[in-house]
Amino acid sequence: MAYGATFHRSSRTLTDPGPPFTYSPENRARFDRIVTRYPPEQRRSAVLPALYLVQHQQGFITGHAMQHVAELLGITAADVEDVVSYYTMFYTRPMGRFVVNVCRTLSCALNGAEQVTAALCETLGIRPGETDSTGTFTLVEVECLGACDRAPVVMVNDAWQECLKPADVRRLVEDLRTKGEAALSGCHHVVEQS
Amino acid sequence: MEPLLTKYVREPNCFTLDFYLQHEGYEGLKKALAMTPDQVVDVVKASGLRGRGGAGFPTGMKWQFVDKKSPNPKYIACNADESEPGTFKDHLLMERNPHLLIEGCAIACYAIGARVAYIYIRGEFFHVQHVLERAIADAYARGFIGKNVLGSGFDCDVYMHRGAGAYEAGEETALLESLEGKRAQPRNKPPFPAVVGLYNCPTAVNNVETLANVPLILKNGAEWYSQLGPEKNGGPKLFCISGHVKRPGVYEAPMTITLRELIDGYAGGVREGRTLKAVIPGGSSVPILLPDQLDAQASFDGVQKAGSLLGSAGLIVLDDTTCMVWLAENLLHFYRHESCGKCTPCREGTDWLHKILRKIEHGQGQTRDLDLLLSISGNIAGKTLCAFGDAAVTPVLTTLKHFRHEYEAHIREGRCTLPADWRAHA
Repeated sequence: MAYGATFHRSSRTLTDPGPPFTYSPENRARFDRIVTRYPPEQRRSAVLPALYLVQHQQGFITGHAMQHVAELLGITAADVEDVVSYYTMFYTRPMGRFVVNVCRTLSCALNGAEQVTAALCETLGIRPGETDSTGTFTLVEVECLGACDRAPVVMVNDAWQECLKPADVRRLVEDLRTKGEAALSGCHHVVEQS
Repeated sequence: MEPLLTKYVREPNCFTLDFYLQHEGYEGLKKALAMTPDQVVDVVKASGLRGRGGAGFPTGMKWQFVDKKSPNPKYIACNADESEPGTFKDHLLMERNPHLLIEGCAIACYAIGARVAYIYIRGEFFHVQHVLERAIADAYARGFIGKNVLGSGFDCDVYMHRGAGAYEAGEETALLESLEGKRAQPRNKPPFPAVVGLYNCPTAVNNVETLANVPLILKNGAEWYSQLGPEKNGGPKLFCISGHVKRPGVYEAPMTITLRELIDGYAGGVREGRTLKAVIPGGSSVPILLPDQLDAQASFDGVQKAGSLLGSAGLIVLDDTTCMVWLAENLLHFYRHESCGKCTPCREGTDWLHKILRKIEHGQGQTRDLDLLLSISGNIAGKTLCAFGDAAVTPVLTTLKHFRHEYEAHIREGRCTLPADWRAHA
């Protein structure tokens, strides 16, 4: 095959610009508070928290949102996209209401994480990386979450489920549908508080 | 020895400021403020405290290297990006004893002449961030941090900075890059952060557990501290034990303890009917130790003498159901995913290693692949800006060294020869 037919074709997908974006007044106030933590000439340091606010507001990060963050921080949209595309916790496409992150790294895998993922795939009818047709669940395999003593660990949005057995997956999914994140065990601290 | 860092972690309110103050909280800071900054550095130096993040570098020396004559501001960056597979000690410390860390940050700032400490916490620790933010706010409200700390005239701000999912942000210069609002990719060294760090200013980057030890040293003295444990390995140490043990968890002990005592005593040993196959003693990036090597002292020097590294003290215990080819594939999936992409040998090499390991694990390997693994590993190790490259090839080299026969069996039989029942089999 001719060289040019397969090479020199960028596989890069441009970020969806999405609808026009500005922070809600509450998020703008949060943003203004956060930037005071950094020296005035180092506003760029606030890019990660600024992007979390975007994600909090609309679920994922669009081109227009990057532009907005860039203007507020005094950097280019390319600088912001550089960051967004690097960190795994930023999404550039719509995700399900529950993003189910299964830890797949060694200590969890030694305790059955592969089977947890398989059970989630079967229960949800999707593969890792996919969102179900109703937009309720997105399944993601992630690397070590740092709670290896409570393996296997699953993070649903920002909340945790520890010691998840493959046999309990179906019930957890049902509970998430009805009770939301309250269905999760949480981490040690939260558990011992309640 | 009675636990010092984790003594109260099971008490219901141990994370509150009131509880902390009832148990000699912020006494170390008071003692530090009564001394000169140089005296504080000297005390920490004399204590022999070694960094708990993985490298075991003496903390007092790190602080002494901070360029105090620089006209620029100085910074403390606390590395709370705990991401090394098998490590979860900082997680527990911040969740249950956050004020110990805040006190450590304040003392560290005072010692090196900094006015700001940033705690860079990994994005996934959302529940920990709530605890930490609350603790920081309480410490401000009672004057332990902020303007004119305890009436001493010393100003100290402590801020939490949330990461967003990057193992590499745990590398100290990559952490600084991330804190500056860029990709978490390492810088060329030298210059070291002590001279050119955050915002090009002198910076000390310290692990959570390291800073949590500092108040104990100030409170009880350097001599007391250095005698908790073997020579040059003083102080209490947190050990994270996970994998195939009956009681996984964080255990605190002096470094006089042996690896075997930790695994069989504290963690209850392997489960019934299983036998111990191997142990990774310091997080996934260090060489494997075999059962007959576990009488080594669980200290920085002891584990090194046994042929591995204490690293982050994340002990991952493997029983006889573990396939070592699968293990290498699992870990290389991790390194391939987490490679920051700055250095070509690591970015490309980890992907190649993972592909070859997956091929062997799935029964499609050839004998020559083993040489290829060694050759690629040799072209990554020592050829990258940070230690990630060396870490990434370790699982390959160490399994090939001790368990080459398992690789050969996979290739010979064209299948995984040890398919454990805790794995998913498609």
